[in-house]
Amino acid sequence: MLSINNLHARVEDKPILKGVTLEVPAGEVHAIMGPNGAGKSTLSYVLSGRGGYEVTEGTASLNGEDLLSLEPNERAAKGVFLSFQYPLEIPGVPALTFIRTAVNAQRRARGEDEIAAPAFLKLAKEKAASLKIDFEMLKRGLNVGFSGGEKKRMEIFQMAMLSPKFLILDETDSGLDIDALKIVSEGVNALRSPDRGMLVITHYQRLLDYIKPDRVHVLAAGRIVASGGPELALQLEAEGYDKYVGAAA
Amino acid sequence: MSLASALKTGDVTELPSRRDEDWRWTDLRGLVRVLPESAPKFDGQVAAGPFAGLADGEILFVNGRHVSTNGQGEVMALRFVAATDKTSQGASYALVVEPGASLTLLESHEGRAAGYVTDVALDIAVGEGASLTRIVLVDDDAEAVDVVTARVELGAGATFNQTVLTSGARRQRIETHVAHPGAHAQVRLDGIYLLNAQRHADQTTVVTHDGVDGVTSQLTKGMVADQARGVFQGRIIVQPGADQTDARMGHHALILSDKAEIDAKPELLIFADDVACAHGNTIGALDEEAVFYARQRGIPELEARAMLTEAFVGEVVERIEHDGARELAAAWVAKQLGREE
Repeated sequence: MLSINNLHARVEDKPILKGVTLEVPAGEVHAIMGPNGAGKSTLSYVLSGRGGYEVTEGTASLNGEDLLSLEPNERAAKGVFLSFQYPLEIPGVPALTFIRTAVNAQRRARGEDEIAAPAFLKLAKEKAASLKIDFEMLKRGLNVGFSGGEKKRMEIFQMAMLSPKFLILDETDSGLDIDALKIVSEGVNALRSPDRGMLVITHYQRLLDYIKPDRVHVLAAGRIVASGGPELALQLEAEGYDKYVGAAA
Repeated sequence: MSLASALKTGDVTELPSRRDEDWRWTDLRGLVRVLPESAPKFDGQVAAGPFAGLADGEILFVNGRHVSTNGQGEVMALRFVAATDKTSQGASYALVVEPGASLTLLESHEGRAAGYVTDVALDIAVGEGASLTRIVLVDDDAEAVDVVTARVELGAGATFNQTVLTSGARRQRIETHVAHPGAHAQVRLDGIYLLNAQRHADQTTVVTHDGVDGVTSQLTKGMVADQARGVFQGRIIVQPGADQTDARMGHHALILSDKAEIDAKPELLIFADDVACAHGNTIGALDEEAVFYARQRGIPELEARAMLTEAFVGEVVERIEHDGARELAAAWVAKQLGREE
Protein backbone atom coordinates (compact mmCIF):
# COMPACT_ATOMS: atom_id res chain seq x y z
CA MET A 1 0.00 0.00 0.00
CA LEU A 2 1.82 3.17 1.17
CA SER A 3 5.60 2.95 0.96
CA ILE A 4 7.80 5.80 2.12
CA ASN A 5 11.51 5.36 1.71
CA ASN A 6 14.22 7.66 3.06
CA LEU A 7 12.04 10.74 2.51
CA HIS A 8 13.77 14.09 2.95
CA ALA A 9 11.89 17.37 2.58
CA ARG A 10 12.52 20.98 3.38
CA VAL A 11 10.64 24.24 3.61
CA GLU A 12 12.67 26.99 2.02
CA ASP A 13 16.15 26.13 3.31
CA LYS A 14 15.08 24.37 6.45
CA PRO A 15 15.18 20.56 6.39
CA ILE A 16 12.12 19.15 8.16
CA LEU A 17 11.99 15.50 7.13
CA LYS A 18 15.38 13.82 7.35
CA GLY A 19 14.92 10.31 6.09
CA VAL A 20 11.46 8.93 6.89
CA THR A 21 10.97 5.28 6.04
CA LEU A 22 7.58 3.72 6.59
CA GLU A 23 5.44 0.94 5.17
CA VAL A 24 1.67 0.84 5.75
CA PRO A 25 0.16 -2.35 4.29
CA ALA A 26 -3.43 -2.43 3.08
CA GLY A 27 -5.91 -3.06 5.86
CA GLU A 28 -3.70 -1.55 8.57
CA VAL A 29 -3.93 1.61 10.61
CA HIS A 30 -0.64 3.17 11.59
CA ALA A 31 -0.30 6.01 14.03
CA ILE A 32 2.41 8.64 13.86
CA MET A 33 3.03 10.34 17.16
CA GLY A 34 5.60 12.91 18.02
CA PRO A 35 6.35 16.18 19.72
CA ASN A 36 5.49 19.54 18.20
CA GLY A 37 7.85 20.43 15.39
CA ALA A 38 8.79 16.82 14.65
CA GLY A 39 7.53 17.08 11.07
CA LYS A 40 4.17 15.33 11.45
CA SER A 41 2.14 17.87 9.47
CA THR A 42 4.96 18.26 6.95
CA LEU A 43 4.78 14.53 6.27
CA SER A 44 1.04 14.77 5.58
CA TYR A 45 1.49 17.79 3.30
CA VAL A 46 4.37 16.25 1.37
CA LEU A 47 2.33 13.10 0.79
CA SER A 48 -0.66 15.12 -0.43
CA GLY A 49 1.34 17.53 -2.59
CA ARG A 50 0.90 20.93 -0.97
CA GLY A 51 3.07 23.70 -2.42
CA GLY A 52 5.99 25.12 -0.47
CA TYR A 53 7.67 21.81 0.35
CA GLU A 54 10.64 20.53 -1.55
CA VAL A 55 11.43 16.85 -1.56
CA THR A 56 15.21 16.55 -1.72
CA GLU A 57 15.59 12.79 -1.46
CA GLY A 58 13.62 9.59 -1.16
CA THR A 59 10.36 8.20 -2.52
CA ALA A 60 6.72 7.77 -1.63
CA SER A 61 4.36 5.50 -3.51
CA LEU A 62 0.88 4.07 -3.23
CA ASN A 63 0.48 0.51 -4.49
CA GLY A 64 3.74 0.89 -6.38
CA GLU A 65 2.76 4.16 -8.10
CA ASP A 66 4.96 7.14 -7.42
CA LEU A 67 3.05 9.91 -5.66
CA LEU A 68 5.60 12.68 -5.51
CA SER A 69 5.52 13.52 -9.23
CA LEU A 70 1.73 13.93 -9.24
CA GLU A 71 -0.42 17.02 -8.78
CA PRO A 72 -2.51 17.07 -5.57
CA ASN A 73 -5.72 16.36 -7.52
CA GLU A 74 -4.04 13.45 -9.32
CA ARG A 75 -2.99 11.98 -5.97
CA ALA A 76 -6.58 12.38 -4.77
CA ALA A 77 -7.83 10.53 -7.84
CA LYS A 78 -5.33 7.72 -7.03
CA GLY A 79 -7.01 7.49 -3.65
CA VAL A 80 -5.00 9.68 -1.24
CA PHE A 81 -7.20 11.65 1.15
CA LEU A 82 -5.81 14.09 3.68
CA SER A 83 -8.15 15.08 6.47
CA PHE A 84 -7.08 18.60 7.42
CA GLN A 85 -6.26 19.63 10.94
CA TYR A 86 -8.09 22.88 10.20
CA PRO A 87 -10.57 22.30 7.36
CA LEU A 88 -11.09 25.37 5.17
CA GLU A 89 -14.29 27.37 5.02
CA ILE A 90 -15.47 27.86 1.43
CA PRO A 91 -18.17 30.55 1.36
CA GLY A 92 -20.59 30.39 -1.55
CA VAL A 93 -19.92 26.75 -2.42
CA PRO A 94 -22.54 24.49 -0.84
CA ALA A 95 -20.99 21.38 0.72
CA LEU A 96 -22.97 19.12 -1.61
CA THR A 97 -21.79 21.04 -4.69
CA PHE A 98 -18.19 20.90 -3.53
CA ILE A 99 -18.28 17.18 -2.84
CA ARG A 100 -20.11 16.34 -6.05
CA THR A 101 -17.56 18.37 -8.02
CA ALA A 102 -14.78 16.45 -6.27
CA VAL A 103 -16.40 13.04 -6.77
CA ASN A 104 -16.92 13.70 -10.47
CA ALA A 105 -13.45 15.17 -11.00
CA GLN A 106 -11.94 12.04 -9.47
CA ARG A 107 -14.15 9.82 -11.58
CA ARG A 108 -13.20 11.67 -14.75
CA ALA A 109 -9.52 11.40 -13.85
CA ARG A 110 -9.93 7.62 -13.51
CA GLY A 111 -11.83 7.37 -16.79
CA GLU A 112 -15.12 6.54 -15.05
CA ASP A 113 -18.59 7.95 -15.72
CA GLU A 114 -19.77 10.85 -13.57
CA ILE A 115 -22.24 10.03 -10.84
CA ALA A 116 -25.85 10.95 -11.62
CA ALA A 117 -27.52 13.50 -9.35
CA PRO A 118 -30.15 11.15 -7.86
CA ALA A 119 -27.57 8.49 -7.02
CA PHE A 120 -25.29 11.11 -5.50
CA LEU A 121 -28.07 12.56 -3.33
CA LYS A 122 -29.15 9.13 -2.14
CA LEU A 123 -25.60 8.27 -1.11
CA ALA A 124 -25.13 11.67 0.54
CA LYS A 125 -28.32 11.22 2.59
CA GLU A 126 -27.23 7.79 3.80
CA LYS A 127 -23.72 8.88 4.77
CA ALA A 128 -24.93 12.11 6.41
CA ALA A 129 -27.40 10.19 8.54
CA SER A 130 -24.73 7.75 9.69
CA LEU A 131 -22.53 10.67 10.78
CA LYS A 132 -25.46 12.51 12.39
CA ILE A 133 -25.04 15.42 9.96
CA ASP A 134 -28.18 17.46 9.38
CA PHE A 135 -28.77 17.25 5.61
CA GLU A 136 -29.71 20.95 5.53
CA MET A 137 -26.14 21.77 6.61
CA LEU A 138 -24.90 20.28 3.35
CA LYS A 139 -26.77 22.92 1.40
CA ARG A 140 -24.86 25.73 3.08
CA GLY A 141 -21.40 27.05 2.25
CA LEU A 142 -18.86 24.32 3.04
CA ASN A 143 -17.77 24.55 6.68
CA VAL A 144 -18.89 28.19 6.90
CA GLY A 145 -19.74 28.96 10.51
CA PHE A 146 -19.37 25.30 11.49
CA SER A 147 -17.93 24.36 14.89
CA GLY A 148 -14.64 22.48 15.07
CA GLY A 149 -16.53 19.22 15.60
CA GLU A 150 -18.85 19.86 12.67
CA LYS A 151 -15.91 20.58 10.39
CA LYS A 152 -14.22 17.30 11.33
CA ARG A 153 -17.47 15.42 10.79
CA MET A 154 -17.64 17.09 7.36
CA GLU A 155 -14.14 15.76 6.63
CA ILE A 156 -15.25 12.24 7.52
CA PHE A 157 -18.38 12.74 5.41
CA GLN A 158 -16.20 13.69 2.43
CA MET A 159 -14.07 10.59 3.02
CA ALA A 160 -17.17 8.44 3.06
CA MET A 161 -18.39 10.02 -0.19
CA LEU A 162 -15.03 9.84 -1.99
CA SER A 163 -14.14 6.38 -0.70
CA PRO A 164 -10.37 6.89 -0.89
CA LYS A 165 -7.86 4.04 -0.76
CA PHE A 166 -5.58 5.68 1.74
CA LEU A 167 -6.47 8.11 4.52
CA ILE A 168 -4.15 10.51 6.24
CA LEU A 169 -5.72 12.01 9.35
CA ASP A 170 -3.79 15.07 10.48
CA GLU A 171 -4.50 15.83 14.16
CA THR A 172 -8.12 14.89 13.65
CA ASP A 173 -8.71 15.04 17.40
CA SER A 174 -7.68 18.67 17.80
CA GLY A 175 -10.54 20.88 18.84
CA LEU A 176 -12.95 18.01 19.46
CA ASP A 177 -14.91 17.40 22.64
CA ILE A 178 -15.41 13.82 23.73
CA ASP A 179 -18.81 13.38 22.01
CA ALA A 180 -17.54 14.75 18.70
CA LEU A 181 -14.43 12.59 19.04
CA LYS A 182 -16.61 9.49 19.38
CA ILE A 183 -18.72 10.31 16.34
CA VAL A 184 -15.67 11.12 14.22
CA SER A 185 -13.86 7.96 15.36
CA GLU A 186 -16.87 5.79 14.60
CA GLY A 187 -16.94 7.36 11.14
CA VAL A 188 -13.27 6.57 10.61
CA ASN A 189 -13.63 3.04 11.99
CA ALA A 190 -16.52 2.41 9.60
CA LEU A 191 -14.07 3.08 6.77
CA ARG A 192 -11.57 0.47 7.96
CA SER A 193 -11.38 -2.31 5.44
CA PRO A 194 -8.93 -4.93 4.24
CA ASP A 195 -8.04 -2.93 1.12
CA ARG A 196 -7.70 0.50 2.73
CA GLY A 197 -4.79 1.88 4.74
CA MET A 198 -4.68 4.74 7.20
CA LEU A 199 -2.09 6.98 8.71
CA VAL A 200 -3.29 8.67 11.88
CA ILE A 201 -1.17 11.62 12.90
CA THR A 202 -1.66 12.75 16.45
CA HIS A 203 0.09 14.40 19.33
CA TYR A 204 -2.00 12.71 22.00
CA GLN A 205 -2.76 9.11 22.74
CA ARG A 206 -6.45 9.89 23.40
CA LEU A 207 -7.54 9.50 19.76
CA LEU A 208 -5.96 6.03 19.66
CA ASP A 209 -8.38 4.83 22.35
CA TYR A 210 -11.06 5.22 19.70
CA ILE A 211 -9.16 4.49 16.49
CA LYS A 212 -7.06 1.49 17.46
CA PRO A 213 -3.82 1.40 15.47
CA ASP A 214 -2.02 -1.76 14.35
CA ARG A 215 1.34 -0.02 14.62
CA VAL A 216 2.61 3.12 16.34
CA HIS A 217 5.61 5.12 15.12
CA VAL A 218 7.39 7.95 16.88
CA LEU A 219 8.48 10.81 14.65
CA ALA A 220 11.07 13.09 16.19
CA ALA A 221 13.28 15.68 14.47
CA GLY A 222 12.27 14.42 11.03
CA ARG A 223 12.90 10.71 11.50
CA ILE A 224 11.00 7.67 12.73
CA VAL A 225 12.87 6.92 15.94
CA ALA A 226 10.78 4.12 17.36
CA SER A 227 8.06 1.75 16.19
CA GLY A 228 5.91 -0.69 18.08
CA GLY A 229 2.42 -1.97 18.79
CA PRO A 230 -0.42 -0.01 20.41
CA GLU A 231 1.35 -0.30 23.76
CA LEU A 232 3.94 2.22 22.53
CA ALA A 233 1.26 4.94 22.51
CA LEU A 234 0.41 4.20 26.14
CA GLN A 235 4.06 4.30 27.06
CA LEU A 236 4.44 7.70 25.37
CA GLU A 237 1.43 8.97 27.22
CA ALA A 238 3.04 7.94 30.51
CA GLU A 239 6.61 8.96 29.78
CA GLY A 240 6.35 11.81 27.27
CA TYR A 241 8.59 12.41 24.28
CA ASP A 242 11.68 13.53 26.18
CA LYS A 243 13.87 10.53 25.56
CA TYR A 244 13.14 10.56 21.80
CA VAL A 245 13.77 14.25 21.46
CA GLY A 246 17.13 13.73 23.18
CA ALA A 247 17.94 10.66 21.08
CA ALA A 248 17.12 12.35 17.81
CA ALA A 249 19.13 15.47 18.48
CA MET B 1 -16.68 65.79 -23.61
CA SER B 2 -18.42 62.54 -24.31
CA LEU B 3 -18.47 59.71 -26.78
CA ALA B 4 -22.01 60.74 -27.75
CA SER B 5 -20.93 64.24 -28.74
CA ALA B 6 -17.87 62.94 -30.57
CA LEU B 7 -20.10 60.59 -32.57
CA LYS B 8 -22.38 63.50 -33.48
CA THR B 9 -19.61 65.81 -34.60
CA GLY B 10 -17.09 63.26 -35.78
CA ASP B 11 -14.48 65.17 -33.78
CA VAL B 12 -12.23 62.84 -31.79
CA THR B 13 -11.05 65.70 -29.57
CA GLU B 14 -14.52 65.53 -28.00
CA LEU B 15 -13.70 62.11 -26.60
CA PRO B 16 -13.07 61.86 -22.85
CA SER B 17 -9.38 61.45 -22.07
CA ARG B 18 -7.19 60.73 -19.10
CA ARG B 19 -7.09 64.42 -18.42
CA ASP B 20 -10.73 64.22 -17.34
CA GLU B 21 -10.62 63.14 -13.71
CA ASP B 22 -13.71 60.94 -14.05
CA TRP B 23 -12.27 59.23 -17.14
CA ARG B 24 -8.62 58.89 -16.29
CA TRP B 25 -8.79 55.11 -16.08
CA THR B 26 -10.95 54.77 -19.19
CA ASP B 27 -9.16 56.85 -21.75
CA LEU B 28 -11.05 56.94 -25.05
CA ARG B 29 -9.12 59.79 -26.67
CA GLY B 30 -5.85 57.90 -26.44
CA LEU B 31 -7.38 54.75 -27.95
CA VAL B 32 -9.67 56.01 -30.72
CA ARG B 33 -7.63 57.93 -33.29
CA VAL B 34 -10.33 57.95 -35.95
CA LEU B 35 -14.02 57.35 -35.42
CA PRO B 36 -15.33 54.59 -37.66
CA GLU B 37 -18.05 55.48 -40.15
CA SER B 38 -21.62 55.52 -38.98
CA ALA B 39 -23.34 52.13 -38.96
CA PRO B 40 -25.79 51.49 -41.80
CA LYS B 41 -29.38 50.43 -41.35
CA PHE B 42 -29.30 46.69 -40.79
CA ASP B 43 -31.53 44.60 -43.05
CA GLY B 44 -30.69 41.11 -41.85
CA GLN B 45 -32.34 38.96 -39.22
CA VAL B 46 -31.26 39.38 -35.61
CA ALA B 47 -31.12 36.19 -33.60
CA ALA B 48 -32.89 35.94 -30.24
CA GLY B 49 -31.32 37.84 -27.34
CA PRO B 50 -30.01 36.44 -24.07
CA PHE B 51 -33.25 37.14 -22.18
CA ALA B 52 -35.55 35.54 -24.78
CA GLY B 53 -38.21 33.56 -23.00
CA LEU B 54 -38.04 35.60 -19.79
CA ALA B 55 -39.67 38.79 -21.06
CA ASP B 56 -43.27 39.64 -21.94
CA GLY B 57 -42.09 41.92 -24.71
CA GLU B 58 -39.05 43.28 -26.48
CA ILE B 59 -37.71 46.66 -27.54
CA LEU B 60 -35.03 46.19 -30.16
CA PHE B 61 -32.34 48.56 -31.37
CA VAL B 62 -29.92 47.49 -34.09
CA ASN B 63 -26.96 49.61 -35.19
CA GLY B 64 -28.26 52.48 -33.08
CA ARG B 65 -31.73 52.49 -34.68
CA HIS B 66 -34.99 51.51 -33.09
CA VAL B 67 -36.22 48.52 -35.06
CA SER B 68 -39.24 47.18 -33.25
CA THR B 69 -41.25 47.04 -30.06
CA ASN B 70 -43.23 43.88 -29.51
CA GLY B 71 -45.50 42.90 -26.66
CA GLN B 72 -45.94 44.52 -23.29
CA GLY B 73 -45.93 43.52 -19.65
CA GLU B 74 -44.07 43.85 -16.39
CA VAL B 75 -40.95 42.18 -17.75
CA MET B 76 -39.48 43.79 -20.85
CA ALA B 77 -36.32 43.05 -22.80
CA LEU B 78 -34.42 46.07 -24.08
CA ARG B 79 -31.80 45.12 -26.63
CA PHE B 80 -29.02 47.10 -28.24
CA VAL B 81 -27.37 45.09 -30.99
CA ALA B 82 -24.23 46.10 -32.86
CA ALA B 83 -24.44 44.21 -36.13
CA THR B 84 -21.86 45.69 -38.51
CA ASP B 85 -18.08 45.44 -38.19
CA LYS B 86 -15.97 48.56 -37.65
CA THR B 87 -18.81 51.06 -37.53
CA SER B 88 -20.04 53.51 -34.95
CA GLN B 89 -23.50 54.06 -33.57
CA GLY B 90 -25.31 56.03 -30.93
CA ALA B 91 -28.71 55.35 -29.43
CA SER B 92 -30.84 56.91 -26.75
CA TYR B 93 -34.00 55.75 -25.09
CA ALA B 94 -36.30 57.24 -22.49
CA LEU B 95 -38.34 55.15 -20.11
CA VAL B 96 -41.01 56.12 -17.59
CA VAL B 97 -42.30 53.78 -14.91
CA GLU B 98 -45.67 55.22 -13.87
CA PRO B 99 -46.39 55.82 -10.17
CA GLY B 100 -47.14 52.58 -8.38
CA ALA B 101 -46.17 50.46 -11.38
CA SER B 102 -43.55 47.74 -11.44
CA LEU B 103 -41.15 46.86 -14.23
CA THR B 104 -38.31 44.44 -14.70
CA LEU B 105 -36.07 45.63 -17.51
CA LEU B 106 -33.80 42.97 -18.99
CA GLU B 107 -31.31 45.02 -20.93
CA SER B 108 -28.70 43.52 -23.22
CA HIS B 109 -25.87 45.05 -25.17
CA GLU B 110 -25.02 42.49 -27.81
CA GLY B 111 -21.90 42.70 -29.88
CA ARG B 112 -22.63 40.72 -33.02
CA ALA B 113 -19.86 42.34 -34.99
CA ALA B 114 -16.21 43.23 -34.49
CA GLY B 115 -14.44 46.46 -33.66
CA TYR B 116 -17.47 48.74 -33.38
CA VAL B 117 -17.85 51.93 -31.33
CA THR B 118 -21.19 52.33 -29.59
CA ASP B 119 -22.82 54.78 -27.22
CA VAL B 120 -26.15 54.22 -25.49
CA ALA B 121 -27.87 56.81 -23.31
CA LEU B 122 -30.90 55.96 -21.18
CA ASP B 123 -33.17 58.38 -19.38
CA ILE B 124 -35.25 56.62 -16.79
CA ALA B 125 -37.93 58.06 -14.52
CA VAL B 126 -39.35 55.86 -11.79
CA GLY B 127 -42.58 57.36 -10.40
CA GLU B 128 -43.72 57.65 -6.82
CA GLY B 129 -44.01 54.26 -5.19
CA ALA B 130 -43.00 52.55 -8.43
CA SER B 131 -40.42 49.82 -8.76
CA LEU B 132 -37.81 49.14 -11.42
CA THR B 133 -35.39 46.25 -11.59
CA ARG B 134 -32.76 46.74 -14.28
CA ILE B 135 -30.55 43.84 -15.24
CA VAL B 136 -27.85 44.83 -17.70
CA LEU B 137 -25.95 42.13 -19.58
CA VAL B 138 -23.09 43.51 -21.65
CA ASP B 139 -21.60 41.10 -24.13
CA ASP B 140 -19.15 43.03 -26.26
CA ASP B 141 -16.63 42.09 -28.89
CA ALA B 142 -13.04 42.08 -27.61
CA GLU B 143 -12.13 45.04 -29.87
CA ALA B 144 -15.26 47.09 -29.21
CA VAL B 145 -15.55 50.48 -27.55
CA ASP B 146 -18.82 50.75 -25.66
CA VAL B 147 -20.24 53.40 -23.34
CA VAL B 148 -23.62 52.97 -21.67
CA THR B 149 -24.91 55.83 -19.55
CA ALA B 150 -28.16 55.72 -17.59
CA ARG B 151 -29.68 58.62 -15.69
CA VAL B 152 -32.27 57.41 -13.24
CA GLU B 153 -34.67 59.80 -11.51
CA LEU B 154 -36.58 58.28 -8.60
CA GLY B 155 -39.85 59.48 -7.10
CA ALA B 156 -40.69 59.30 -3.41
CA GLY B 157 -40.92 55.76 -2.12
CA ALA B 158 -39.61 54.33 -5.39
CA THR B 159 -37.48 51.22 -5.59
CA PHE B 160 -34.62 50.81 -8.04
CA ASN B 161 -32.58 47.62 -8.26
CA GLN B 162 -29.78 47.25 -10.73
CA THR B 163 -27.28 44.53 -11.57
CA VAL B 164 -24.71 44.97 -14.32
CA LEU B 165 -23.00 41.86 -15.70
CA THR B 166 -20.09 42.45 -17.99
CA SER B 167 -17.16 40.68 -19.59
CA GLY B 168 -15.61 43.96 -20.78
CA ALA B 169 -14.51 45.16 -24.21
CA ARG B 170 -11.41 46.84 -25.64
CA ARG B 171 -12.66 49.78 -23.65
CA GLN B 172 -16.02 49.88 -21.94
CA ARG B 173 -17.82 52.06 -19.44
CA ILE B 174 -21.17 51.37 -17.80
CA GLU B 175 -22.18 54.51 -15.99
CA THR B 176 -25.24 54.99 -13.80
CA HIS B 177 -26.46 58.19 -12.19
CA VAL B 178 -29.23 57.92 -9.63
CA ALA B 179 -31.09 60.93 -8.26
CA HIS B 180 -32.31 59.61 -4.96
CA PRO B 181 -35.16 61.57 -3.38
CA GLY B 182 -34.87 59.82 -0.04
CA ALA B 183 -38.37 59.52 1.44
CA HIS B 184 -38.24 55.76 1.82
CA ALA B 185 -36.90 55.26 -1.68
CA GLN B 186 -34.65 52.22 -1.96
CA VAL B 187 -31.74 51.61 -4.28
CA ARG B 188 -29.74 48.45 -4.86
CA LEU B 189 -26.88 49.07 -7.26
CA ASP B 190 -24.78 46.02 -8.06
CA GLY B 191 -22.33 44.77 -10.60
CA ILE B 192 -20.18 41.84 -11.63
CA TYR B 193 -17.23 42.03 -13.99
CA LEU B 194 -15.28 39.01 -15.18
CA LEU B 195 -12.43 40.06 -17.44
CA ASN B 196 -9.71 38.22 -19.27
CA ALA B 197 -7.29 38.83 -22.15
CA GLN B 198 -6.91 42.60 -22.68
CA ARG B 199 -10.46 43.47 -21.80
CA HIS B 200 -11.41 46.59 -19.90
CA ALA B 201 -14.60 47.30 -17.96
CA ASP B 202 -15.44 50.42 -16.01
CA GLN B 203 -18.42 50.55 -13.70
CA THR B 204 -19.06 54.08 -12.59
CA THR B 205 -21.97 55.09 -10.37
CA VAL B 206 -23.08 58.38 -8.91
CA VAL B 207 -25.90 58.34 -6.37
CA THR B 208 -27.16 61.65 -5.05
CA HIS B 209 -29.32 61.54 -1.94
CA ASP B 210 -31.49 64.65 -1.89
CA GLY B 211 -34.10 63.83 0.74
CA VAL B 212 -34.38 62.23 4.15
CA ASP B 213 -34.52 58.52 4.90
CA GLY B 214 -33.26 57.02 1.65
CA VAL B 215 -31.46 53.69 1.39
CA THR B 216 -28.69 52.74 -1.04
CA SER B 217 -27.03 49.35 -0.98
CA GLN B 218 -24.26 48.83 -3.46
CA LEU B 219 -22.20 45.70 -4.09
CA THR B 220 -19.85 45.19 -7.01
CA LYS B 221 -17.55 42.22 -7.34
CA GLY B 222 -15.11 41.42 -10.06
CA MET B 223 -12.27 39.28 -11.30
CA VAL B 224 -9.46 40.23 -13.65
CA ALA B 225 -7.09 37.76 -15.31
CA ASP B 226 -4.39 37.99 -17.97
CA GLN B 227 -3.85 41.68 -18.82
CA ALA B 228 -7.40 42.80 -18.12
CA ARG B 229 -8.31 45.95 -16.29
CA GLY B 230 -11.29 46.55 -14.04
CA VAL B 231 -12.36 50.01 -12.97
CA PHE B 232 -14.83 50.81 -10.23
CA GLN B 233 -15.78 54.38 -9.42
CA GLY B 234 -18.57 54.73 -6.90
CA ARG B 235 -19.69 58.07 -5.64
CA ILE B 236 -22.42 58.63 -3.11
CA ILE B 237 -23.39 62.21 -2.35
CA VAL B 238 -25.58 62.98 0.65
CA GLN B 239 -26.92 66.51 0.25
CA PRO B 240 -27.56 68.88 3.16
CA GLY B 241 -30.78 67.88 4.89
CA ALA B 242 -30.77 64.29 3.57
CA ASP B 243 -30.81 62.98 7.12
CA GLN B 244 -31.31 59.32 8.02
CA THR B 245 -29.72 58.31 4.76
CA ASP B 246 -28.44 54.75 4.92
CA ALA B 247 -25.85 54.21 2.18
CA ARG B 248 -23.47 51.29 1.93
CA MET B 249 -21.01 50.64 -0.85
CA GLY B 250 -18.87 47.57 -1.34
CA HIS B 251 -16.42 46.78 -4.10
CA HIS B 252 -14.41 43.57 -3.88
CA ALA B 253 -12.20 42.16 -6.58
CA LEU B 254 -9.85 39.31 -7.35
CA ILE B 255 -6.67 39.77 -9.33
CA LEU B 256 -5.59 36.46 -10.84
CA SER B 257 -2.57 37.63 -12.77
CA ASP B 258 0.44 39.89 -12.21
CA LYS B 259 -0.36 41.85 -15.37
CA ALA B 260 -4.01 42.48 -14.59
CA GLU B 261 -5.12 45.68 -12.93
CA ILE B 262 -7.94 47.02 -10.80
CA ASP B 263 -8.51 50.71 -10.22
CA ALA B 264 -11.09 51.58 -7.60
CA LYS B 265 -12.30 54.87 -6.27
CA PRO B 266 -15.07 54.75 -3.70
CA GLU B 267 -16.20 58.24 -2.68
CA LEU B 268 -18.64 59.28 0.00
CA LEU B 269 -19.43 63.00 -0.01
CA ILE B 270 -21.58 63.66 3.03
CA PHE B 271 -23.09 67.05 3.74
CA ALA B 272 -25.81 65.92 6.15
CA ASP B 273 -25.74 64.90 9.80
CA ASP B 274 -27.31 61.81 11.25
CA VAL B 275 -26.55 59.49 8.36
CA ALA B 276 -25.21 55.95 8.20
CA CYS B 277 -22.70 55.65 5.38
CA ALA B 278 -19.99 53.08 4.87
CA HIS B 279 -17.82 51.76 2.11
CA GLY B 280 -15.56 48.77 1.83
CA ASN B 281 -13.08 48.10 -0.92
CA THR B 282 -10.87 45.02 -1.08
CA ILE B 283 -8.63 43.66 -3.79
CA GLY B 284 -6.79 40.41 -3.43
CA ALA B 285 -5.95 36.99 -4.76
CA LEU B 286 -7.75 33.71 -4.28
CA ASP B 287 -7.06 31.97 -0.99
CA GLU B 288 -4.30 29.50 -1.95
CA GLU B 289 -5.13 27.32 1.06
CA ALA B 290 -8.67 26.95 -0.26
CA VAL B 291 -7.31 26.12 -3.73
CA PHE B 292 -5.09 23.39 -2.23
CA TYR B 293 -7.98 22.06 -0.14
CA ALA B 294 -10.14 21.70 -3.27
CA ARG B 295 -7.29 20.12 -5.22
CA GLN B 296 -6.59 17.67 -2.41
CA ARG B 297 -10.20 16.50 -2.83
CA GLY B 298 -9.52 15.80 -6.50
CA ILE B 299 -10.61 19.02 -8.20
CA PRO B 300 -8.07 20.12 -10.85
CA GLU B 301 -6.44 23.50 -10.28
CA LEU B 302 -8.21 25.51 -13.00
CA GLU B 303 -11.56 24.09 -11.99
CA ALA B 304 -10.85 24.85 -8.34
CA ARG B 305 -9.95 28.45 -9.14
CA ALA B 306 -13.05 28.89 -11.30
CA MET B 307 -15.25 27.37 -8.59
CA LEU B 308 -13.86 29.72 -5.94
CA THR B 309 -14.23 32.73 -8.24
CA GLU B 310 -17.80 31.75 -9.04
CA ALA B 311 -18.52 31.51 -5.33
CA PHE B 312 -16.87 34.90 -4.75
CA VAL B 313 -19.14 36.75 -7.17
CA GLY B 314 -22.13 34.55 -6.34
CA GLU B 315 -23.06 36.89 -3.51
CA VAL B 316 -23.99 39.53 -6.09
CA VAL B 317 -26.01 37.05 -8.16
CA GLU B 318 -27.99 36.05 -5.08
CA ARG B 319 -29.18 39.64 -4.66
CA ILE B 320 -31.12 39.58 -7.95
CA GLU B 321 -34.82 39.45 -7.08
CA HIS B 322 -36.17 38.16 -10.40
CA ASP B 323 -35.87 34.36 -10.45
CA GLY B 324 -35.30 33.98 -14.17
CA ALA B 325 -32.77 36.80 -14.31
CA ARG B 326 -30.94 35.41 -11.28
CA GLU B 327 -30.66 31.97 -12.89
CA LEU B 328 -29.50 33.55 -16.12
CA ALA B 329 -26.90 35.61 -14.24
CA ALA B 330 -25.64 32.47 -12.47
CA ALA B 331 -25.40 30.67 -15.81
CA TRP B 332 -23.60 33.66 -17.35
CA VAL B 333 -21.03 33.65 -14.54
CA ALA B 334 -20.48 29.90 -14.94
CA LYS B 335 -20.04 30.31 -18.69
CA GLN B 336 -17.58 33.18 -18.33
CA LEU B 337 -15.52 31.03 -15.99
CA GLY B 338 -15.67 27.99 -18.26
CA ARG B 339 -17.89 26.08 -15.85
CA GLU B 340 -20.84 25.30 -18.06
CA GLU B 341 -22.74 22.21 -16.95
